[in-house]
Amino acid sequence: MNITATPALTLGDDALILSHRLGEWAGHAPVLEEEVALANIALDLLGQARVLLSLAGDEDELTYLREERQFRNLQLVEQPNGDFAHTIARQLYFSTYQELLFDHLAPTESELAPLAGKAVKEVAYHRDHAHQWTLRLGDGTDESHTRMQRALDSLWQFTGELFEPVEGLETVPWSALHDDWTTRINATLEQATLTVPEGPRHGAWRAGAGRQGLHTESFGRLLAEMQHLHRSHPGATW
Amino acid sequence: MTTPRPADTAATAAAPTDWPLWEVFVRSRRGLSHTHAGSLHAPDAEMALRNARDLYTRRSEGVSIWVVPSAQVTASSPDEKDSFFEPAGDKPYRHPTFYEIPDGVHHL
Repeated sequence: MNITATPALTLGDDALILSHRLGEWAGHAPVLEEEVALANIALDLLGQARVLLSLAGDEDELTYLREERQFRNLQLVEQPNGDFAHTIARQLYFSTYQELLFDHLAPTESELAPLAGKAVKEVAYHRDHAHQWTLRLGDGTDESHTRMQRALDSLWQFTGELFEPVEGLETVPWSALHDDWTTRINATLEQATLTVPEGPRHGAWRAGAGRQGLHTESFGRLLAEMQHLHRSHPGATW
Repeated sequence: MTTPRPADTAATAAAPTDWPLWEVFVRSRRGLSHTHAGSLHAPDAEMALRNARDLYTRRSEGVSIWVVPSAQVTASSPDEKDSFFEPAGDKPYRHPTFYEIPDGVHHL
């Protein structure tokens, strides 16, 4: 399959892959209420992915028949769920980014504007969900504080890629979004008595890797699970 | 499906009993009262409100939500059912059945 990395494909892949990761919590979440919350967020993201990938081509073909190197999602969203704190840290980093980006795109002439305008309200809720949990885990028990800090630290390296300009979205003020993101994350972490991580933010190899089709070790297994049914039984219906 | 890690398993075993129960009231639209929708567990009121949003308004059921700690609800006892409710049963003059309701009046 020939793939052109349009902005719709790129942002659609972020939503698709994070949706799949969150869906893995079904049956495993700490409590039923939280399972429904994570599933709701996953479904919001899946809805975004369907709109975006349909702008880029056939949503099913793009989801089920692409190879690993043809996915353009951020390495951040493919990271395994880990413990609950890792999932929340991933949500906090990504939802804050996605809200800022969609908020910027919504009033523009971009083909993504209608989706961005609708989705930004969903994403504001995702960010609030992550914010609320970050406060409670960070300012909770010693154990929850330790786990939340560990999660923030371990995912920090993948946040550099968020603000690498996306092909076709050169007009987005990436460095201003980065400043806003940093301000918001710092405020949440400070309120949660957590420390803003330090250290390199270059992903597994270098910034921009996921956007160029280079993914981390666990991504292959994610794709295998997501794609195997469609590939084993092409055209299957029920 | 991913295999749950030991940490996940521990969380599953420990958490549910720690969180208090909350009663959820949802107002379906302006002009109507909040009505009881169900109950849920949450660590505090703010999270209870968010859980209620996810559990009870995901199909556009509401425009407003209240959450109340279940422990704060004082309920009538089933043992007192006869003295509480039966005396009202044979007093039909309390029911507003003696006049016509005009067309177009809803929620009366």
